[in-house]
Amino acid sequence: MIGGLFIYNHKGEVLISRVYRDDIGWALISSTGGRSRRNAVDAFRVNVIHARQQVRSPVTNIARTSFFHVKRSNIWLAAVTKQNVNAAMVFEFLYKMCDVMTAYFGKISEENIKNNFVLIYELLDEILDFGYPQNSETGALKTFITQQGIKSQTKEEQSQITSQVTGQIGWRREGIKYRRNELFLDVLESVNLLMSPQGQVLSAHVSGRVVMKSYLSGMPECKFGMNDKIVIDKQGKGGTTDDSGKSGKQSIAIDDCTFHQCVRLSKFDSERSISFIPPDGEYELMRYRTTKDIILPFRVIPLVREVGRTKLEVKVVIKSNFKPSLLAQKIEVRIPTPLNTSGVQVICMKGKAKYKASENAIVWKIKRMAGMKESQISAEIELLPTNDKKKWARPPISMNFEVPFAPSGLKVRYLKVFEPKLNYSDHDVIKWVRYIGRSGIYETRC
Amino acid sequence: MPAVSKGDGMRGLAVFISDIRNCKSKEAEIKRINKELANIRSKFKGDKALDGYSKKKYVCKLLFIFLLGHDIDFGHMEAVNLLSSNKYTEKQIGYLFISVLVNSNSELIRLINNAIKNDLSSRNPTFMCLALHCIANVGSREMAEAFAGEIPRILVAGDTMDSVKQSAALCLLRLYKTSPDLVLMGEWTSRVVHLLNDQHMGVVTAAISLITCLSQKNPDEFKTCVSLAVSRLSRIVSSASTDLQDYTYYFVPAPWLSCKLLRLLQCYPPPEDGAVKGRLVECLETILNKAQEPPKSKKVQHSNAKNAILFEAISLIIHYDSEPNLLVRACNQLGQFLQHRETNLRYLALESMCTLASSEFSHEAVKTHIETVINALKTERDVSVRQRAADLLYAMCDRSNAKQIVAEMLSYLETADYSIREEMVLKVAILAEKYAVDYSWYVDTILNLIRIAGDYVSEEVWYRVIQIVINRDDVQGYAAKTVFEALQAPACHENMVKVGGYILGEFGNLIAGDPRSSPLVQFNLLHSKFHLCSVPTRALLLSAYIKFINLFPETKSTIQEVLRSDSQIRNSDVELQQRAVEYLKLSSIASTDVLATVLEEMPPFPERESSILAKLKKKKGPGAVSVNELEEGKREGGELNGGGERGGDSSTSAVGSTPSPSADLLGLRAGPPVTAAAPSAGSLLVDVFSEAGVNDDGFLRFVCKNNGVLFENQLLQIGIKSEYRQNLGRMYLFYGNKTSVQFVTFTTTLNVQAKPVEPLIEGGAQVQQVINIECLTDFSDAPLLNIKFRYGGALQNLTLKLPVTINKFFQPTEMASHDFFQRWKQLSLPQQEAQKIFKANHAMDTEVLKAKLLGLGMALLENVDPNPENFVCAGVIQTKAQQVGSLLRLEPNAQAQMYRLTVRSSKDTVSKRLCELLAEQF
Repeated sequence: MIGGLFIYNHKGEVLISRVYRDDIGWALISSTGGRSRRNAVDAFRVNVIHARQQVRSPVTNIARTSFFHVKRSNIWLAAVTKQNVNAAMVFEFLYKMCDVMTAYFGKISEENIKNNFVLIYELLDEILDFGYPQNSETGALKTFITQQGIKSQTKEEQSQITSQVTGQIGWRREGIKYRRNELFLDVLESVNLLMSPQGQVLSAHVSGRVVMKSYLSGMPECKFGMNDKIVIDKQGKGGTTDDSGKSGKQSIAIDDCTFHQCVRLSKFDSERSISFIPPDGEYELMRYRTTKDIILPFRVIPLVREVGRTKLEVKVVIKSNFKPSLLAQKIEVRIPTPLNTSGVQVICMKGKAKYKASENAIVWKIKRMAGMKESQISAEIELLPTNDKKKWARPPISMNFEVPFAPSGLKVRYLKVFEPKLNYSDHDVIKWVRYIGRSGIYETRC
Repeated sequence: MPAVSKGDGMRGLAVFISDIRNCKSKEAEIKRINKELANIRSKFKGDKALDGYSKKKYVCKLLFIFLLGHDIDFGHMEAVNLLSSNKYTEKQIGYLFISVLVNSNSELIRLINNAIKNDLSSRNPTFMCLALHCIANVGSREMAEAFAGEIPRILVAGDTMDSVKQSAALCLLRLYKTSPDLVLMGEWTSRVVHLLNDQHMGVVTAAISLITCLSQKNPDEFKTCVSLAVSRLSRIVSSASTDLQDYTYYFVPAPWLSCKLLRLLQCYPPPEDGAVKGRLVECLETILNKAQEPPKSKKVQHSNAKNAILFEAISLIIHYDSEPNLLVRACNQLGQFLQHRETNLRYLALESMCTLASSEFSHEAVKTHIETVINALKTERDVSVRQRAADLLYAMCDRSNAKQIVAEMLSYLETADYSIREEMVLKVAILAEKYAVDYSWYVDTILNLIRIAGDYVSEEVWYRVIQIVINRDDVQGYAAKTVFEALQAPACHENMVKVGGYILGEFGNLIAGDPRSSPLVQFNLLHSKFHLCSVPTRALLLSAYIKFINLFPETKSTIQEVLRSDSQIRNSDVELQQRAVEYLKLSSIASTDVLATVLEEMPPFPERESSILAKLKKKKGPGAVSVNELEEGKREGGELNGGGERGGDSSTSAVGSTPSPSADLLGLRAGPPVTAAAPSAGSLLVDVFSEAGVNDDGFLRFVCKNNGVLFENQLLQIGIKSEYRQNLGRMYLFYGNKTSVQFVTFTTTLNVQAKPVEPLIEGGAQVQQVINIECLTDFSDAPLLNIKFRYGGALQNLTLKLPVTINKFFQPTEMASHDFFQRWKQLSLPQQEAQKIFKANHAMDTEVLKAKLLGLGMALLENVDPNPENFVCAGVIQTKAQQVGSLLRLEPNAQAQMYRLTVRSSKDTVSKRLCELLAEQF
């Protein structure tokens, strides 16, 4: 089990240190072979944060102690253990820890951590017990770990907290009431692509999340439906309506998915229906991944020509490939430049382009772009002759954007709410659905 | 360096550096650097002309970026341009960039070399220095090729400034170290040596580093530096602390120079010139005296500088190893340091004492500090100092204090650091064996050792115990008793079980009389440990069990039961299973007689060098070599060089390089250079005598042969190869060290003139000595050869008769039967004839007899004697004074196995001697 948890800033200074088990503490002998007894905190700083070569593995083993780390901007979270633990569990916990902290005080930064360290220790006491992860559901935690200071609680409230924390549905408390029953559903997808210069797709996948925000009274039972191929095919076989037959063509094949703990997995296994009692507030209902029939929102066509040893001509065309009525936003194309660039001239039809020396790239930004359009940039790069014989590696051109549809083709078919005890029905709930497709690693070789 | 004026401040650089320092993260730093690089690239773009200042600034920035660990692949051209600037700061930055960044890039190197050449030939000393520093910093082969010829000229030129001379000397040193073949000193040698007389102390200091390095390679060429160095040293040592002004460091005059001078002197043997030597001894005494004076300052630098000189002087004294007075004084001085509160001093003192302990003059003086050293071993905080203390104890150990030292080391072992335990164990084992007066003490010590530090006792140690116990009848009973008692401890180490198993198996009967250690008790005791042991130990125990069956038949059934059990006879380990099966069968089938023959007591082991000594040497890695071995390494180089010179002809050098000298000497691969008197008989002769085997006095064997092994024991083998012509002879003596330890202070003395022999023989190596012999007149006594050397700590002394006999100077004379008998009759005076009748020692083989007579050096005359069984020989002995003709007649009697030998010669003593010599041969 987890022996301790440390949070470091970028300099390797410890911001938070919480030790759950003594075995990790002072028994470490530094890997440099010295005889000095050095503590685990230092070992991680020396061997990972300040390592000569950047450490890429998220798990580091130093002197028979394992360090699992995740990095959020400049902050390192490291879980330390001497035992042979389930690494996936530790990382799940670390990610959850990040989510919880974000839910409590926003962005994870050195400043925020310093300002909230009492809160963080409180949270750590609650979500890890002797190194075993406990309930880390933000909604539940927020009921008894607050930032408002100590609130005197009545006996009733205390017993409620106890029953809720120890009960079957740990993620939702009873007796929630809203005047307006509202429900927000976001389908967030990120599309990843690697394409050859000739336009051949070398690899592509979409990883998506269904994020919900629910403000519902009582203990409602929800049912979520989407155009999952298996479900649609099953219904198609039943041959009930034309509708299902029509939407069958638009069904998508989900490669794998994971659910929030509130989803009844037994029902998903037997009927492939997603039914659940939602937590209150914001949560991630499911995560999924698809690799087939992905709609690629943009196509990048590069053209690079070397003119002698000291000049390079680059022309890049981007084409948007979705319904003309939709608008893509925040488009950014990043064209890498050789390391011996000594000057750049850029001409572009649309948006703004600039050579960023500090990043060794030309960055072309377009605020908005409608579907089925195309735009072009051309640049002349002057090079300084060097005595280095190394050839330029030609890194791929990468792209960032945001589009208002799901590149995987996922559609929400329904989201039904039943609350038998209270007198509101499915129709009284106001439901909002939104699709956002973002670029993940979206690259084209040149 | 000239002060940086305001205009040279390079504000841009300062801003850039402070930007970098303020970067919050690595990513930010990389961004800032990328930006700066892009900026510099755009500035360096061909079409713009940059002024010197900005060029310098950008090159500086590039250098800084490079030093942060980023790749720089441009800007070299600009840096080279800076070299041709006339401004000091610009030139300096240019050189700095080049010495840090330029690798052997052919195109640029030419430009750079050109710029350096210009600066070297300029009259500006600062520029010359910059150029020299650049050459030294780059120090590549290309640089050496280009400038190795130029720099010595600058170094010795009369008009060169002192500062340039300094730089030139150090630059040359660097080039010499990288490519010694390119730096040819030849013509400059004497002038470089004379730099030791330079007025400027800085030049002397720089030059001496160069000379030390050069003289290590060619000591002979730089021999003259010894006297100069001595006089320089005496001037420094005798100067008052204020005389040298700039070169006085915390009241110590020129400490660095003194140290270097002393180190240079360590490259040479003590000066032969009495005056020089006297002066040097005086210097060393002064240094030792100064150490006694109260410190002039309380600053640590003062004492450091003073002690540095002192330690260097002491190592010189140790190196000379010829001044008992100085050695003892040095030892006393070190003794004072042993209790100094400065840890480093204690360490150094212990280390130097280790070498002092091996010198015969100071060994006793070192021994007086035994209490302090033991105390250091116990109380010292620093592990490295404790290690040195242990080394010193080992070095100072001899018969008188062995018991005390071994006891102390044993008691220390219980608390010793893990890192040095194994070494300590080996040392204790060696000392206990080497200085054991009674072997029961030895057995006690080793068993104790196994008890205390069983894990660190290597195989060799317990093998050795068993070897010794088996070879010494007097301790066997005691050993068995002690082992038996030791095994009774509830938890004993596996090594103890091994020793116990072996010894009880061999000598258990010696203690079986006591009812407390009856055979069955012994067996049960051993078997109780069986299950806790590893496979090899179990195998050993099984062998012990079968020996028990032989020793004590009453245990047979019990042991057979054990062998028959499934855990033995069906053991998954093949070795154990096989032993169990075989032993079981052996015990049940074989009669007691057979069993007794098979399991007879182990014969004594042949004496050989203790394997643990070899182990200890191996153990001493590069980190832990004592000074002793360091010196060994240092001399090794010289030895190799010398060896090449001495091995004049190919045959001898071939002998020198083969690992087993005896085989080669006997085989004589290169064809033996035999005397004219015994043509082609050499190899046959050798065969004859190798059958005879080695007898104690090798002398007689050489009457009839010239090559072979004169002497051999377990340490040393002396081989001989000799050739004679007329009254002259030359003898090559090969001293072969059969051990893996070096012999030190190896000397031979001879009442015949001989070249001195190398004073040191490496383990396993061979040293050659040449003796030229001239026969002045006839003689009967052979010259005596006295050999002295140190093996380990003990002085070995050996006196041998050199096999030079009168017959070696025979010139064979061919003559007909008629002539022979005429001469025979001429030598008819009674005193001219010597006759002996003796019994044959060897088989009467005609061919062998012929070979022997040929080996004698006379001509064997056929068809002279009417009786074909008889042999007649004739020859002339060549001495400087006269020639002595000799005739010989040998009449074998096959029935009686007797010979009659008659020798007639013109001189009566010769006849007698020849008769004596030959009588022993047949």
